[in-house]
Amino acid sequence: MTKPNTYPRQPSAFDPYTNSEIRRAAATGIYDIRGGGAKRYVPNFDDLLFLGASMSRYPLEGYRETCNTKVAIGTRHAKTPIELDIPITIAGMSFGALSGPAKEALGRGASAAGTSTTTGDGGMTAEERVHSDRLVYQLLPSRYGMNPDDLRRADAIEVVVGQGAKPGGGGMLLGQKISDRVAEMRDLPKGIDQRSACRHPDWTGPDDLEIKILELREITGWEKPIYVKIAGSRPYYDTALAVKAGADAVVLDGMQGGTAATQEVFIEHVGQPTLACVRPAVQALQDLGVHRDVQLILSGGIRNGADVAKAMALGADAVSIGTAAMIAIGDNDPRWEDEYRQLGSTAGAYDDWHEGLDPAGITTQDPELEKRLDPVAAGRRLANYLKVMTLEAQTIARACGKSDLRNLEPEDLCALTIEAAAMAGVPLAGTDWIPGRSSD
Amino acid sequence: MPVLDMTTCPLREVNATLQAHKAGTNETEWEVLNPRGSHAVAVGLDGPLTVSVRGSTGYYCAGMNKEATVLIEGSAGPGVAENMMSGKVIIDGDASQYAGATGRGGTLVIKGNASSRCGISMKGIDIIVHGNVGHMSAFMAQAGNLVVCGDAGEALGDSLYEARLFVKGTVRSLGADCIEKDMRPEHLELLDDLLRRGEVSGAKPEEFRRYGSARQLYNFNIDNIDAY
Repeated sequence: MTKPNTYPRQPSAFDPYTNSEIRRAAATGIYDIRGGGAKRYVPNFDDLLFLGASMSRYPLEGYRETCNTKVAIGTRHAKTPIELDIPITIAGMSFGALSGPAKEALGRGASAAGTSTTTGDGGMTAEERVHSDRLVYQLLPSRYGMNPDDLRRADAIEVVVGQGAKPGGGGMLLGQKISDRVAEMRDLPKGIDQRSACRHPDWTGPDDLEIKILELREITGWEKPIYVKIAGSRPYYDTALAVKAGADAVVLDGMQGGTAATQEVFIEHVGQPTLACVRPAVQALQDLGVHRDVQLILSGGIRNGADVAKAMALGADAVSIGTAAMIAIGDNDPRWEDEYRQLGSTAGAYDDWHEGLDPAGITTQDPELEKRLDPVAAGRRLANYLKVMTLEAQTIARACGKSDLRNLEPEDLCALTIEAAAMAGVPLAGTDWIPGRSSD
Repeated sequence: MPVLDMTTCPLREVNATLQAHKAGTNETEWEVLNPRGSHAVAVGLDGPLTVSVRGSTGYYCAGMNKEATVLIEGSAGPGVAENMMSGKVIIDGDASQYAGATGRGGTLVIKGNASSRCGISMKGIDIIVHGNVGHMSAFMAQAGNLVVCGDAGEALGDSLYEARLFVKGTVRSLGADCIEKDMRPEHLELLDDLLRRGEVSGAKPEEFRRYGSARQLYNFNIDNIDAY
């Protein structure tokens, strides 16, 4: 009697990717380092829907009735808040991680759309200052390139406590990208693997931070808004402590937020999804009576106008984009598919940004690769994209009867899954049930 | 000499007044009275002033200093002269933790002792300490010189880059990748200049030992995993 064959069954826990990662670790003896944010599925804004207008809500006419998109950041203490035409900002990305032309493109695009861009872990370059109408200067633990002239040249200051891709981790820039200029800006030897500190060198905890912020305000004449950027770790308490420390604005970065380079295990296993972070942060602001007075800027996986509208409906004042902005200027473009394949990847999945071999010329310091990015054309693409996102968010807001994006509210939303309903604090679609809040 | 008395003059006015005097000013000598541990005194100065602070200060005194000379007639709280770019800061007494953190230039002189993490992430500043320094001093120090005329605490120069460390007394322990190095003639010459600028008397360059980076951790190697 012939034994019947069964279909070979692959273990779900040891899928082909996992097995390849085990083999890679065994062969190289080093953890995987990559750029970008979490790639695994986590509950996100796609799990929410807007309800739209109905008998009890009156929509606004799409092309006749205005829907305000302007927002001022830094109204709490700063003499000169940043006035944004649109509530979508460009997140901090360093010169070093990105090429000079890429930073220029981000500045050009943001300026054309009436919003801000942000420096990164490498200081401020003259090019990005010139091309950015509104530039936020980051104060990071490494303090690479930090100087008081740039502080005074900035339009706002962002004290970086954490980053969604790596809460509790410092920056990383491998030797391939430490060019002469990058080395000089960071006071480092050329070609070393740069390890940024994860803690600030001159303060520990919110009481110290309050004094640090005082110092920054004294150096800049109390003119500049001071943001505190936190990772999606403990959003309620971290937001409350940032407010206590005197922040004008809180930038909250969920685990889908990208990085130039860090350990894969860090990106995928530390931190909370953006969707899970926003309501606790807003609750902290409301409990302290400073919601809207201290602005909340949400980042981590924002891709389109619907995400913008949903973030704002949950209480954010603005959003910030990094990965999406890079894609807009040309990152992971299928036109470079042959070269991505030569690097062992494919368009859309390429994340070895630390190697400095980016075919799109964005995450590199190679002079020849850099030339592939035209900063003027790339800036125009980014401006287009930002304007489309804004129009999309306005479309939704008008459909919900709102004349200002910040008038969107949780009551405009429902959730498609129990998990998203619990995280966002909105009812599961078709019910009035908010898990963890309503009794039945 | 113009006087800013902090019993009546708010911090904002003290700093705004001093910051307004940039290169070319005629009023170069200033006196700050009654700091009484205030934070962020004389920060962000940007001109060739000499500011005498008559008393002890809180956090970040002379932070991000450029060109100015700040004399603290007392002790200084955490982060004194943090991220200094140029100029000189002299402390008659002791300095708390993070003295000269991330400093990129200029000279910091501490005539007493310095607490932990003195010169953390220093990027070009010269720091001369007449007394001892606490643990983790010169952690991740990138460039510049740290001179310790007394003893150094645990983990001196941990994860050091290219900063030079000179210690006259004992070192409790060296941090990861920090080693003792030969004192060559050029180092003796450099140290002689540093001691002179640091107003150190009674110490000779030959009495010091030099420490620096072994440069074994500059590029990641799994075989060095015990050092991380």
